[in-house]
Amino acid sequence: MNIRTFRIGGVHPEENKLTHEAVTQVAALPKQAIFPLGQHIGAPAKPVVQKGDKVKVGTMIAEAGGFVSAPIFSSVSGTVFKIDTAIDATGYRKPVIIINVEGDEWEESIDRSDKLETVEAHPELTPEEIINRVKNAGVVGMGGACFPTFIKLTPPPTAKAECVIINAVECEPYITADFRLMMEKADEILIGLELLMKAAKVTTGYIGIETNKMPAIELLTEKCAKKFNGSAYTVEVVPLKQRYPQGGEKQLVDAVIRRQVPAPPAIPVNVGAIVQNVGTAYAVYEAVMKNKPLFERYTTVTGKKIKTPGNFLVRMGTPMKDLIDACGGMPEGDNKLLAGGPMMGKALTSIEVPICKGTNSVTVISDDEARRKEPQPCIRCAKCVGACPMGLEPYLLAKISEIQNWERAEQEEIVSCIECGSCQFTCPAHRPLLDNIRQGKSTVMGIIRSRAAAKK
Amino acid sequence: MDFILIAVIVLGAIGLIAAVVLFAASKKFAVYEDPRIAQVGEVLPGANCGGCGFPGCSGMADALVKGADAGSLDGLFCPVGGAETMGKVADLLGMAIANSEPMVAVVRCNGTCENRPRIAEYAGLRTCAAMHACGAGETACGFGCLGCGDCEAACQFDAIKVNPETGIPEVDEDKCTSCGACVKACPRHIIELRKKGPKGRRVFVSCVNKDKGAVSMKACKVSCIGCGKCEKECPFGAITVEGNCSYIDFNKCRLCRKCVTVCPTKAIRDVNFPTPPPAPKPKEAPAKAEAPKPVEKKPSHGAFLDTDSSISIK
Amino acid sequence: MGKLIVSLSPHAHGTDTVERNMYGVIIALMPALLVSFYFFGLGSVVVTATSVAACVFFEWAISKYILKQERNTIMDGSAILTGLLLAFNLPSNLPIWIILIGALFAIGVAKMTFGGLGNNLFNPALVGRAALLVAFPAQMTTWPKVGQLGSYLDAETGATPLSIMKWAIKEGDASVLDQLPSSLDLLIGNHPDGAGAMGEICALALLIGLAYMLWKKIITWHIPVSIIGTVFVFAGLLHLANPAYADPISVILTGGLMLGAIFMATDYVTSPMTPKGQIIYGVAIGFLTVVIRNWGAYPEGMSFAILIMNAFTPLINNYVKPKRFGEVPANK
Repeated sequence: MNIRTFRIGGVHPEENKLTHEAVTQVAALPKQAIFPLGQHIGAPAKPVVQKGDKVKVGTMIAEAGGFVSAPIFSSVSGTVFKIDTAIDATGYRKPVIIINVEGDEWEESIDRSDKLETVEAHPELTPEEIINRVKNAGVVGMGGACFPTFIKLTPPPTAKAECVIINAVECEPYITADFRLMMEKADEILIGLELLMKAAKVTTGYIGIETNKMPAIELLTEKCAKKFNGSAYTVEVVPLKQRYPQGGEKQLVDAVIRRQVPAPPAIPVNVGAIVQNVGTAYAVYEAVMKNKPLFERYTTVTGKKIKTPGNFLVRMGTPMKDLIDACGGMPEGDNKLLAGGPMMGKALTSIEVPICKGTNSVTVISDDEARRKEPQPCIRCAKCVGACPMGLEPYLLAKISEIQNWERAEQEEIVSCIECGSCQFTCPAHRPLLDNIRQGKSTVMGIIRSRAAAKK
Repeated sequence: MDFILIAVIVLGAIGLIAAVVLFAASKKFAVYEDPRIAQVGEVLPGANCGGCGFPGCSGMADALVKGADAGSLDGLFCPVGGAETMGKVADLLGMAIANSEPMVAVVRCNGTCENRPRIAEYAGLRTCAAMHACGAGETACGFGCLGCGDCEAACQFDAIKVNPETGIPEVDEDKCTSCGACVKACPRHIIELRKKGPKGRRVFVSCVNKDKGAVSMKACKVSCIGCGKCEKECPFGAITVEGNCSYIDFNKCRLCRKCVTVCPTKAIRDVNFPTPPPAPKPKEAPAKAEAPKPVEKKPSHGAFLDTDSSISIK
Repeated sequence: MGKLIVSLSPHAHGTDTVERNMYGVIIALMPALLVSFYFFGLGSVVVTATSVAACVFFEWAISKYILKQERNTIMDGSAILTGLLLAFNLPSNLPIWIILIGALFAIGVAKMTFGGLGNNLFNPALVGRAALLVAFPAQMTTWPKVGQLGSYLDAETGATPLSIMKWAIKEGDASVLDQLPSSLDLLIGNHPDGAGAMGEICALALLIGLAYMLWKKIITWHIPVSIIGTVFVFAGLLHLANPAYADPISVILTGGLMLGAIFMATDYVTSPMTPKGQIIYGVAIGFLTVVIRNWGAYPEGMSFAILIMNAFTPLINNYVKPKRFGEVPANK
């Protein structure tokens, strides 16, 4: 097996895949489901229900708020309690729709059977039809970025797609949701991949998986061979070296097809690759073949001090508190509650934050690991330069951002930073490098945007 | 002896040639600069703070001279030097200057450690900008002051300092030059430049929280709940309530302080008044026990049903 | 339930710390330290102990009383390291008061005036050595012979391999070089009548230290390899042109080359931050070392070569950037 990886930088955090073997459980329905209207990149969705309306599982409760946007569907049946504000994963109060759960009645249009629907059996599925169904089902990137999938499947006229790469890398520590999804729904994922390839009008597909998930690699290789050998499609399962951030879009494209995406505003499709998370592929299958919009997902609930960590198939809108209680409750003492993994996850101020489209994990970090150590002066060891997967110089970018020299920051390509955190992870002096770089990056992007707007 | 003579002659000749060359160069390559710019520059304070909006005092001097040639000095004001300096500049340039009110920076948040309990611990880079990007902060109010001192760091006149006991910055009125650096530095736009007011007296709403009343009260005891009592009370139409938060227009405010009296959460503050605000009318007493105290249930907009007609119209 | 703690990502940290790196280098120096005790005995113990104690004391005192820093930095190991490296550059019969002056220069002038760890422009140990060399040229250029375990100030001094090489060039006579110990002897430090600075005697001990640091990922290979490689090639070319110049293997095994290439030039603060920059830095140091050794006034060129290149490090950092992601042309 030839193990590929990306060429620049990277670090190797402790894996802590505590829930590797835990078979996915179906999470209990909550009493009240909370749906933030801003669960994706782009304009927030606009509510189409009011207080008192009755909804079923799969009813649209908010429509897309613009072109770059996605609709939101109810994951529960019951009555709309109110349209209010609540704390979501951004840490701020944002508009949400709150639904009191009554029973579990689904929309009749959803096909709830387990029958595997193949693409051959549905010749009516043209690329345009597939993209349309994906758009109407509200499918967004399930790896955490939540970019509307239908837009990714229609590249701009300057770029031509050559292949679809499925991101099943899961390089963050603790998270195993994608792994369990692959072990339990492999056939559906492959059909989802086929749909994606058809919609993007390509015949080459790759599935990138890290070598710490050997059972998934073997299973998918076997099934791929059976399904795609002799067909019009060429699909390769690519084992990848365990290295963070292997799952970053650009790093994945570099590892799989050895092409490096140039600096922003270039995106992977500019070098011919469309990258989709494996959870998105599954959601595409369900949306297109089962007429099931996006309202539930695989999520890992984990942490060293969590009593019974596990993987769950959870309805979106379930407050995290319910899942944590199902795993034994929050540990004693001070903790950090993260939506996502420890490298890029978001720390939350409340355990009532609901599970959203991009919540692939609920991680609880306890005690000493939850606090940062006191920073020391930079010793110029250059380990951050060696760790940066984008070939940047974090010590320099952090210093420039601190002294607010925005011109120099732009010159040093601060906008290429993918905010993976490898630099801060490595720094022996515990310096808050990424905190400063993030500041600089958002300011410089604002300057670039206003410059572009002024030109028009 | 000969050496000395030769040395003196040679060096003298070199000096003479150098002097001639320098003189010619200074004439040929001279750049004409309006002498008034240097004169105006002398009068300006020389702090180079940028509060006027120009790069340093020399930039301001340049703009003033250009303005004088164009016929008007409107829009040009040095906040550090104030009206006095502007008067001197105007005399120098032979112009008249419009009188401008002195301004001061006002911190519109009273969410001290006592009023606004902490619900989380922040363990990252201690700047307001970083904390703002992380989330609401350490309290339940996502609009209030974060207390890390980005404003203090931005001030070049030592005029604003975070009080370690309350966690809120305090402005030293005498030192504040209303240059606006702290206003730009605050990521939540809590600080505003307002009129200093006669004898330094001013009234302002000490809250920018846009959450609904019940929510903001849970987060902070003295938050504005957007009940609108102040808006109805104000005889001069200076108050507007927008997005669950009240705002006093400092150009219309006459400092009568009726709003301070009526506010149920004490979110409106009066500064530098020698006497307390007018006491609430006795008729309000049975409805609310004592002087205004926080509203427990959803505030009603029935203020006009209150039987207090004597203070509604001036 | 206790409090919830928040901060921005990342929420995990690797195991690397400043202390781990500094103490790691100190451990890498242990073989060389033991060898120097073996060869130079009492003198070596006194010089090393004085140097380390003085460096730590000066850093503590300056940090507390002059800079008035809140947190004293002596525990991060860098002062001890400077003390050790300074000691390795000195002859083992140096009087204590001179060592103290050297330590004061190294820590006070070269490190603390610039702002402490992370801010110095020049390698502190080398600045200390250079200052002493200029101020006390006689004491700093008479080297005790090996094997005098009980002597300190009264040790007998002798010619070092480098001074033999210099003499050969001056005379233009290759036969002088026959007095050099064999390469094997130079490697393991077996000089029956040889002399030298304490840290320069045994190349093997230093190489063991290099292997340890590479294994623990404290330094990367770029600087040591580029320095030693450049010196080898350049000295080799000279030797081929004129046998009065010593053969390249002797050149790399003598004097402060190994110590400088492995421990001094790789100092984090004063070396470039990118691999490409580090190679440029190493090649220039190698070149300058050979030039100074052969045609300069001093027999040893390493310290000055490193100090000169330290001055160029900011320039290298400014213009040599790492390979950016996305610059590689597509190559399917």
